[in-house]
Amino acid sequence: MKLRELAHSRTGDKGNISNISLIAYDMKDYETIRKQVTSEKVKEWFSGIVHGEVIRYELPTIGALNFVMYNALSGGVTRSLSIDAHGKSLSSALLDMEIEVDYVPV
Amino acid sequence: MKKIRIGSGAGYGGDRIEPAIDIIEKGNLDYIIFECLAERTIAMAQLQKLRNPAKGYNEWLEYRFTKVLPACVDKKVKVITNMGAANPKAAAEKIYEIAINLNIPSLKIAVVTGDDVFYLIDQYMDLPLLETGEKLKNLKPSIISANAYIGAEGIVKALENGADIVITGRAADPALVLGPLMYEFKWNSSDYQMLGKGIMAGHLLECGCQVTGGYFADPGYKDVPEIWNLGYPIAEIEENGDITITKLDGTGGIVSPATVKEQIVYEIHDPANYKTPDVIADFSNVKVIEVEIDKVAIRDVSGKEKSGLYKTSIGYRDGFIAECEISYGGTGAYERAKLAGEIIEKRLSILNVPVEELRIDLIGVNSLYRESLSSKLDSHSHHSKDVRLRVAGRTILEEDAERICHDFDSLMTNGPAGGGGVRLHIRQVIAIGSILIPEDDIEVDVLYKEVQNDETQRISSF
Repeated sequence: MKLRELAHSRTGDKGNISNISLIAYDMKDYETIRKQVTSEKVKEWFSGIVHGEVIRYELPTIGALNFVMYNALSGGVTRSLSIDAHGKSLSSALLDMEIEVDYVPV
Repeated sequence: MKKIRIGSGAGYGGDRIEPAIDIIEKGNLDYIIFECLAERTIAMAQLQKLRNPAKGYNEWLEYRFTKVLPACVDKKVKVITNMGAANPKAAAEKIYEIAINLNIPSLKIAVVTGDDVFYLIDQYMDLPLLETGEKLKNLKPSIISANAYIGAEGIVKALENGADIVITGRAADPALVLGPLMYEFKWNSSDYQMLGKGIMAGHLLECGCQVTGGYFADPGYKDVPEIWNLGYPIAEIEENGDITITKLDGTGGIVSPATVKEQIVYEIHDPANYKTPDVIADFSNVKVIEVEIDKVAIRDVSGKEKSGLYKTSIGYRDGFIAECEISYGGTGAYERAKLAGEIIEKRLSILNVPVEELRIDLIGVNSLYRESLSSKLDSHSHHSKDVRLRVAGRTILEEDAERICHDFDSLMTNGPAGGGGVRLHIRQVIAIGSILIPEDDIEVDVLYKEVQNDETQRISSF
């Protein structure tokens, strides 16, 4: 299924760095998400867009991950030629990633 | 235990005014913040100030203060805002003028200065830009501004001296909330545990309704009641740093663990090390508890000693960007839009237009995620019957940006069949880079301007 079924997300930016959160709707899905949505997988998913490192931070007490993606905004909000210079739409693309679960969600 | 109620009346420079007035009038607030600066806003404001020394503050300031001042005075709600942008002194003069015109009987306006370090710029030339590693001296002729993110110190001082309105320039966003909390609860500037909690309160409020259901809705997944009527957030903070976020009854929007979590993680990078001028806040063990509908508690936030370095935004002129668009429809729309893009690329090469960087997007096909990710998301997008070509080019000279637009415009007669809806736009680029400067370079000062009921008793310290 799509990650969108299990989690929500918001993108922020600082300079040329994009910061995408991934938050489980239900705490019981956090571990599934944590195991599968690795920084390597996210870097691969955004490979044509993110040209630097992807670091993943964990916030287990709220069931959230935070991906910090370097060299991700075509030089940064102020000089990017992208139509979405802030990269705000990246969160929606992350939620389109596939995730495998071993149960049928309600 | 003593409790303070702080509302957020703006999460960006042009935010709505009615929900702000609503929380001032009905929110039983002690303070309201208006957070109105983004990375680039301050540099744009510096440009305005260069053109007109009486300007350079938030463009909505006059409108906003005219609307909110009577309610703030009536309800005894103090205002903390960074609407001063590049010119907090001029902003204070304007607020003073508004207060006189509105016959406000008495008002003490404080101006926090010290963020503008442009006068020190020569000593930073060998510092590297955090974004690129390039030395600042390479940009020297193009630099227009240098503003450090200052902390809560000036705000605390202003409140200690009885200010009703505190206006700052580039203060760090959460400092607008940390300041009143430090003042009210007498938190020491080295009590990092408490400062970390105060930063969390500020972080939750600084984006306005992004914590009450704004920027959240995703129909069928995250539904927001009465989203057209979002209530702005109110934080109740206790002396021990416990935070509760809520909104007014009868307003639209939602305060839930999900809305609060999205705002907690928003733009923080490392949750255990959220750097601010006052403290390195630690959100890594935070708990979020739903107390009741539209009331969420936040616990277990802490903090560590600050780095002693101040992030400073350098604004510099970085050429021009031309943006041009045209639409193609029906079967073959993708192919015709793509051909039109190829025509422009070839023309710019034949005409020898010096373009620093060129980007060609097909809106509806690959404009957000480039070809690589777009094709993973939707392999059929090339069959779209509604495709808009967008060409964006960066040039050093404005005339070269104009040449891009001119040639693009001629697609109307020289391009593929059926193109329509040409839009052309050129803007000057004010780019932002960041450096870290030592704490000792910053000298925060507070100036006051006072309105008294007898106009002959006006006191002005500047």
